[in-house]
Amino acid sequence: MIKNISNLGDAAIYCDFGNEVNEKINLNVISYFNHLKKLAKENKIEGITNLTPSYNKLIISFDLSITNFKKITKIFETLKVTNNNQEDSKKIKIPLCYDEEYALDLVSLSKKLKIPTNEIIDLHLNKEYFCYMTGFIAGMPFLGDIHESIRVDRLQTPRIKVPKGSIGITEQFSNIYTFESPGGWSIIGNTPLEVFDKLNLNNPALIKPGDKVSFYKISKQEYLNWNE
Amino acid sequence: MSDTYFEILRPGTNSSIQDKGRNHLYHIGITVSGAMDQRIFILSNALVNNDLNEGTIEFAYQGPLLKLKNGNVNFAITGDVSFNILRKNSIIEEGKCFQNYFLENEDQIDIISTKNSIFGYLSVEGGFEIEKIWDSYSVNTKAKVGPNNGEKFSAGEKIYIKKTKIENFVEKKIDYENSLEKTIRIIKGTNFNYFSENSKNKFFKEEYLVTNLSDRMGMRLEGPKLDNIVNTNIKSEGLVKGVVQVPADGNPIILFSDHGSIGGYPKIAVVITADHDKASQLIPGSKIKFKEISLYEAEGLFKIYSNDTKSYLEQIK
Repeated sequence: MIKNISNLGDAAIYCDFGNEVNEKINLNVISYFNHLKKLAKENKIEGITNLTPSYNKLIISFDLSITNFKKITKIFETLKVTNNNQEDSKKIKIPLCYDEEYALDLVSLSKKLKIPTNEIIDLHLNKEYFCYMTGFIAGMPFLGDIHESIRVDRLQTPRIKVPKGSIGITEQFSNIYTFESPGGWSIIGNTPLEVFDKLNLNNPALIKPGDKVSFYKISKQEYLNWNE
Repeated sequence: MSDTYFEILRPGTNSSIQDKGRNHLYHIGITVSGAMDQRIFILSNALVNNDLNEGTIEFAYQGPLLKLKNGNVNFAITGDVSFNILRKNSIIEEGKCFQNYFLENEDQIDIISTKNSIFGYLSVEGGFEIEKIWDSYSVNTKAKVGPNNGEKFSAGEKIYIKKTKIENFVEKKIDYENSLEKTIRIIKGTNFNYFSENSKNKFFKEEYLVTNLSDRMGMRLEGPKLDNIVNTNIKSEGLVKGVVQVPADGNPIILFSDHGSIGGYPKIAVVITADHDKASQLIPGSKIKFKEISLYEAEGLFKIYSNDTKSYLEQIK
């Protein structure tokens, strides 16, 4: 449940669900996010311009010429949100090629963790992940939690360019670089799938907060033939 | 499709199409973007009888040099800007901001530069023939989001204009006062208490310098280092325009229209909505001061800001 509600400036509300990062708290954030999104869509709350869920916070931005902090927080007094993510959550399977051409950090990671590369791959594959949030770059999902034995810190020197489609890991998360971008995560493979489709004007992001994501392994040949 | 267009003879340093911005997409990592100075963006549309959220050309410092082809237009420029109209009979007319002009086929607009500010706006009656992306014209060049593949305008490009002919030109003018205010009013941020007592005092008492490292994403400031006594990183969370965040180096950054949707630096303050426009116009080298106010006061100041905008709009009704 929400531990504290405060204002972030004069045109946003800061809902604090705690400081830990875990699925239970995040599911709570996402339940509120989905609930409020629905209310805003049905015009039951006026003036909301954005809802931004993250690990353990939810920020509600609003148009100060339509509403204000007091009017929106008043809604929270009667708001009943159950931790129900079922209807909004999708299961998504992402093809992933771990070939050395794409797995830029797999060998160095294997040396660092003292785990053979095929075992790292198996540990990454054998789990269904939960999407905590999307952002940093458009559509980038933050997926967790990865197996404890393959958790690492960010690279000492971040890459200036991480190729589009790269799958990275750091701390308890795995991500997908939806565009070429700078980045400091250890890259273990690449997906040929368009995870963020700019041309899809209604639904550009394949993965949304609360979705369940799993990876399946494809060969380099399958990767190269993907769009044919 | 229209045949009337501006040929870009010189694009200027950072010219892009902007409207009010793009909402409801923060949660998938797409920020609001939109005009840096919202009020004068609105006024530029009003001067040429447009919907107030029509797309305009925002420019920074040096603006574009544009040649009109196959038509005539009603245009206006807002901001603190020096520009000329180069008539086809080689007469050079000095342009004035906050009034509209009739531009004929083959005439040129030369936007030389902004003066004591950064951003200006060029609007044409009827708007530009550009495709909206996710319900907005706004371009975010860092994230490559928006029309024109998310790129700023470049030399040789053509910007098509929806309305090809102006039948009835009526002159309009706004008597506008550019802000020279150097005090930025803020509300304490959610991590205000991460900073030492000494730093908190200095944040309000001393001046901060606007550096060259400022753009549509944010404005980097230099001044007394803000000493974080709790943690220089927080778990990544949502951001909004106006947030003043402090990375480990202790120098504050004010976030503007193209800021990232989430971030992990502590937030010492948030600039009030009524001061977003004037903060975004502060040129590098400006010395600014922060002043703390309450949420209640900020809401009152926003009402005054909105009423001021309304009275400017009423001047041309």
